[in-house]
Amino acid sequence: MTYLPTPEHEELRAVVRELADERIAPRAPEIDQKAEFPWDLKELLARQDLLGTCFEERHGGTNLDSIGQSIVVEEIARADATTSLIPIVQKLGALPILLAGNDEQKDRYFPRLASGEWLIAFGLTEAAAGSDVASNRMRATRDGDHYVLDGSKRFITHGSVADVLTVFALTDPDAGGRKGMSAFIVEAGTPGFAAPRVEHKMGIRGSPTAELTFDDVRVPVENRLGEEGDGFKIAMATLDRSRLGIAAQAVGIAQGALDAAVAYAADRQQFGQRVVDFQGIQWMLADMASQLEAARQLTYAAAARVDAAASDLPYWTSSAKLVAGDTAMKVTTDAVQVLGGYGYITEYPVERMMRDAKITQLYEGTQQIQRLVIARQLLRRAGIGARPRERRETGA
Amino acid sequence: MKIVVCIKQVPATGADKRYTDDLRLDRAGVEGIINPLDEYAIEQALRLQDAGIVDTVSYLSMGPEQASEALRRALAMGGDDATLITDPGLAGADEWTTAKVLATALDRLAPDVALMGMASDDARGSLVPGAVAAMRNVPLLSYGAELTVSDGEARVRRLSATGYDWIAAPLPVVATVTDQVGEPRYASLKGIMAAKRKPLEAWSLTDLSLSLADLRGGALTTVTDVRPPEAKPPTERVENLSAAEAAARIADWLAARKLI
Repeated sequence: MTYLPTPEHEELRAVVRELADERIAPRAPEIDQKAEFPWDLKELLARQDLLGTCFEERHGGTNLDSIGQSIVVEEIARADATTSLIPIVQKLGALPILLAGNDEQKDRYFPRLASGEWLIAFGLTEAAAGSDVASNRMRATRDGDHYVLDGSKRFITHGSVADVLTVFALTDPDAGGRKGMSAFIVEAGTPGFAAPRVEHKMGIRGSPTAELTFDDVRVPVENRLGEEGDGFKIAMATLDRSRLGIAAQAVGIAQGALDAAVAYAADRQQFGQRVVDFQGIQWMLADMASQLEAARQLTYAAAARVDAAASDLPYWTSSAKLVAGDTAMKVTTDAVQVLGGYGYITEYPVERMMRDAKITQLYEGTQQIQRLVIARQLLRRAGIGARPRERRETGA
Repeated sequence: MKIVVCIKQVPATGADKRYTDDLRLDRAGVEGIINPLDEYAIEQALRLQDAGIVDTVSYLSMGPEQASEALRRALAMGGDDATLITDPGLAGADEWTTAKVLATALDRLAPDVALMGMASDDARGSLVPGAVAAMRNVPLLSYGAELTVSDGEARVRRLSATGYDWIAAPLPVVATVTDQVGEPRYASLKGIMAAKRKPLEAWSLTDLSLSLADLRGGALTTVTDVRPPEAKPPTERVENLSAAEAAARIADWLAARKLI
């Protein structure tokens, strides 16, 4: 067991941090203010090979281990949470294909995703089915060598900018969401597909969160992932792994806020001394730093379990997301406190970071859903079975 | 067509610079980076390679073993191979010694263009390019905003008082470029991975058939004192005035210093 980062991880962090400091951080306030998707930074990340970290080299990716992928997300999120969603969602959307796709599907889509030429999104959540994924309503009806998709999705990150989506729909409505849902690859150019509206949000404002409508969208049978009825299983397996990206994002947001708080406290003079020289401030900063480090190490521990395909990986990724999300909320809130009135105004980045942090407690499963996942794993370890009617709640 | 870009590893800009008792820069524990002005030379060379004008881009550096990190970083940006000249006898080398060693190595590498940044971020002597050209008895094309190579000739576009001058010389040449070349590229992730597999050779003075006697003991100059620059007088701010009053105040300030 090793608890020290490898030289390769250190180098990766240094390279991404330099890029993020010089090119991403200066754009962050404008991205937030205008709520515009940062196409320029998407191009930059693509050019630097940072959108292909989860893909194999034969598809043009760089095939980083999960700790390396976490470091990339962390360092981008340290500068701008919105921009960090570009690699996060590139993986989230691709995970169903990585987990359940056949070679033909991978060969068809992964090169364009690894290069960053195409963006992908993950279409699971519906207006009435958030945490309760099994209540999904969208239909996919077989018609010859096609499926016809009808219905709508909501809260789909990058839904309006993606070129292709992995979408979940009921192929057997009578069997319900758990047994009757299937997963499909849907190209955004398919007739009948539209992203008519994006949400106005508190944070990650440059990242479009879209409502999607499917009006007789014909998807070829070869775009189905796995077998009919595999959808719920694929969605859960995806979220068990993608939560790691949110944990890394939360760690990065918290690091950005801590760094801003330290820099401000070292510069600001009150009562004839630097604010950072007040012990009360030092204690706050020390708490922020140690909690952040704990969240980071748990995230890396979870990342190692993902790569090892550990049987209890949901325990680890949900724990990491739970701890890191709460830490990001706390650290960014404390950062605003350290900056005082200046922390509350848009001239400094910490109020944005505090707004951005909140989403890490909500998406890819609320913190309450993470606790359910963790508790279920805990009971399994203790040999205590689930309730007679097996239930599995989660959320995207 | 082959370019050798000479780069220097320097302490990170803004790093706390400490000196040893014999007034040498203490590099222990100090993060080293590629001299930022050398990155423009790298960028210029790689642009010529991207355009298919140059076949091979090599890097050459003289420094302690840790300078290999700077060469790896350059290789991550692009290019083909790198050579580090490292030898205990070179500790404390001055500009003349550095030029002598680089000139000897360049004789062996035989590039069409030996390309350098216009100065180093730490010492800022700006003497090495000219000295290398003189020692190799080849033309020096200095301070290029752009370098082109064609038909056995190198040309640099150099900013002048009235516009730009184009200066040409037959190959081989030593050339230096400025930050007007354009923003250096960032190393991509694939570039970083590929750099680990690119050849990086280390040469000692023995490998170059040089002795300390050839280098006159390692330095012609002696550092007698090191001091931080004197603090500048405080900035005078002109604020809370109307535009006309502010302009008059600034004009008076400039006139008092005979600047206008």
